[in-house]
Amino acid sequence: MSVLVYADNHQGKFPKSSLEAVSYAADIAAMLGTDAVAITTGAIQGDGGLGQAGASKVLHAAQVNASDSQQMTRVIVAAAAHVSASVVVFSHDIAGKLVAPRVAARLDAGLVPGAIAIPTSDFVVKKNVFSGKAIADIALNTANKVITVLPNSYGVKATGNTAPVEAFNADAGAAGIKVKEVKAESKDGEIPLPEAEIVVSGGRGMKGPEHWGPIEELAKILGAATACSRPVADIGWRPHHEHVGQTGVTIRPNLYFAIGISGAIQHLAGVNGSKTIVVINKDPEAPFFKAADYGIVGDAFEVLPKIIDAAKQFSASK
Amino acid sequence: MKILVCISKAPDTTSKIAFSDNNTKFDENGVQFIVNPYDEWYALVRALEIKETLGGTVTTLSVGGADYEPIIRKALAIGADDAVRIDAAESDSLYVAKQIANYAKGKGFDIIFCGKETINYNGSVVPGMVAELLDLPYVALAHKIDLAGNTATIMREVPGGEEVLEVNTPFVLSAAKGMAEQRIPNMRGIMAARTKPLAVEAASAADASTTVKGYSLPPAKSGCKYITPENAGDLIRILHEEAKAL
Ligand SMILES: Cc1cc2nc3c(=O)[nH]c(=O)nc-3n(C[C@H](O)[C@H](O)[C@H](O)COP(=O)(O)OP(=O)(O)OC[C@H]3O[C@@H](n4cnc5c(N)ncnc54)[C@H](O)[C@@H]3O)c2cc1C
Ligand SMILES: Nc1ncnc2c1ncn2[C@@H]1O[C@H](COP(=O)(O)O)[C@@H](O)[C@H]1O
Repeated sequence: MSVLVYADNHQGKFPKSSLEAVSYAADIAAMLGTDAVAITTGAIQGDGGLGQAGASKVLHAAQVNASDSQQMTRVIVAAAAHVSASVVVFSHDIAGKLVAPRVAARLDAGLVPGAIAIPTSDFVVKKNVFSGKAIADIALNTANKVITVLPNSYGVKATGNTAPVEAFNADAGAAGIKVKEVKAESKDGEIPLPEAEIVVSGGRGMKGPEHWGPIEELAKILGAATACSRPVADIGWRPHHEHVGQTGVTIRPNLYFAIGISGAIQHLAGVNGSKTIVVINKDPEAPFFKAADYGIVGDAFEVLPKIIDAAKQFSASK
Repeated sequence: MKILVCISKAPDTTSKIAFSDNNTKFDENGVQFIVNPYDEWYALVRALEIKETLGGTVTTLSVGGADYEPIIRKALAIGADDAVRIDAAESDSLYVAKQIANYAKGKGFDIIFCGKETINYNGSVVPGMVAELLDLPYVALAHKIDLAGNTATIMREVPGGEEVLEVNTPFVLSAAKGMAEQRIPNMRGIMAARTKPLAVEAASAADASTTVKGYSLPPAKSGCKYITPENAGDLIRILHEEAKAL
C-alpha cells in the first residue's frame, strides 16, 4: 500500500511544484508507514531528481499524452491499483487541475484541492479558501483520497537518494483530444510566474508600458518574474499571463514587490499568500500598505533607481 | 449547439469573511452574493456568443438552495434561455459533480461550460469530476474556443505558454480569463428573465466525500515597516538581513 504521486515534467525537467508534491507524498507515506511511488510521462533523464525529493520508485509511462485528461486518468488509476495506493497526490498546478478531479471521480474519492499542510493522522487537510482570506480544515471521509498541493507551500526534501525507474505500460485507451500546436509564451530564461520565488509587479501607477524598464531590470537582477494588476493587462500594457489576482493568476512567492498598485481586494486575493510583501506607492493611504511588510511612500520613478542600484551591489557581492 | 453552463454563487469580492457556529460555518449575514465571476464573465458569455453565431440553446445549471434564485435570474438576464436548479446543499465537490452529471446524462448537451474555479472554495475540481462521471473529454483552463461543425479548437494555458487543442463535441470545458468580455444585463434582459423557465429538481442520493471541520483566519501581518524614499536603497539590505527574503 504505497502513496502514489503524479509528477508533471516540462520537456523532461521537473519544476519545483512537482518536487513539492513528491515530498508531500513522501511525508504522508512516512505517516502511514509506507513509501511514495511517483508516476510521470514523457522523456526524462534518470529519475529526474524525484528520488532526492522522496520517491522510492518512479513509474514511467513514456507514451501517454499529458494533455489528454482521459488517457492520463486511465494510466494513473491503473498505477494506483498497481501499487495498491488509496492516497493519490498531485500538485495544484495546471496538470493537477486537469487530471486530479477525474482520478478522484473515478476512484470515488474525496479531493482536497490546494492543500497547504500535510494531513493530520485522521486525514484533515488545511487549504486556503475565499481567495486566501481564510483557511479551512477539511476532512476526507472516503476510503480513497486525492490531494493536490498548493505550489510554494511545502518544502522540497533532499534525501540523497536516487529512485529506480520502471517502465509502466498501462492501456491509456482512446484519445479524447488532439494537440495541434504548443506555443511558448515565455522567452528563454524567463521564470514562469506561478513558480517564481520573487515577483516584481507593476500597476497603473507606472503610467504606461514604456515605463516598465525599471521593473524588468529589478526583476532581472533579483532573478524574479514580472507581474501586473488587471487593468494593466486589460489595456494591453503587459501580456495577459502576467495578470495576478482573483481573476488572474494566484501566486505565493517568497517576496512580492507591488509598485504603483493600489491594493484592491481583488488584487490582494491573488498575492496575499506571499511571505514578504513590499509596497511602493506615492499615496500613503493606498490600501496595499495594510497588507505590506515593508512600505515606501514615494514616487516609483524616484525610488526604483535607488533600489536597483542597491540590488546590483547586493547581487555583485553574493 | 445545445450548451449547459454550470453556475455557482459566490460572496461578492468585497465581502467581509467571518464565521459562525464555533467557526464551522461561513457567516452569510450581510453578505452580498454574486454569480461566480468565471462562470458569468467567461463561461456564460462565451456560451451565449456561440449560440448567437451557431444557433441552439443555453441552459444554466446550479446545485444549491432557494437562495440561488437571484443569481440564476441574473444569468437569465444576461441571456441564458432557461435554468435548472438542483435543490441541494453544495456539500462538497464530488457531491455537486454527481448532481451535475446525473442531470446532464442522456440530455445531449454538446458542451458543458464551467468556470475555472469558484472564488470562495477555489477548487478547480467540479468540471473535471463531471467530465469523468460522464466519460467525456475535458479541457481545463481554456481561454479561447472556436467551433467548426462539431469540432472545437481550444486554447489553454500550459506551463510557459499555451496549447492549441482540437476536440469533438460533446466535451466539458473550464473557462479562464480571456474567453469573453463581461456583459452587463440591460433592462430588456432583466424584464425577460422574470418569465424565463427556472426548473427546480430534486437531488439524487450521494454521500459527502469531504466535510469542513472548521475555518480560521490567516495569521495577521505584524504591520508595515516604512522606509523613507531617500533611503530606498536600504530596502535590499533589510530584505536580506531582517526578512531573509533575498
Ligand atoms: C470582480 C472583480 C475582479 C477583479 N480581479 C482583479 C484581479 O484579478 N487583479 C487585479 O489586479 N485587479 C482586479 N480587479 C480590479 C481591482 O478592483 C482594481 O481596480 C485594480 O487592481 C486596480 O489596479 P491598479 O492598482 O494597478 O490601479 P489603480 O487602482 O489605478 O492604482 C494605481 C496606484 O498607483 C499609485 N501611483 C500612481 N502614480 C504613482 C507613482 N508615480 N509612484 C508610485 N505609485 C503611484 C496610486 O497611488 C494608486 O494607488 C477586479 C475587479 C473586480 C470588480
Ligand atoms: N454548486 C454549483 N452549481 C453549479 N455549478 C457549480 C457549483 N459549484 C461549482 N460549479 C462549477 O464548477 C466550477 C469550478 O468550481 P470549484 O471546483 O468549486 O472551484 C465553477 O466555476 C462552476 O462552473
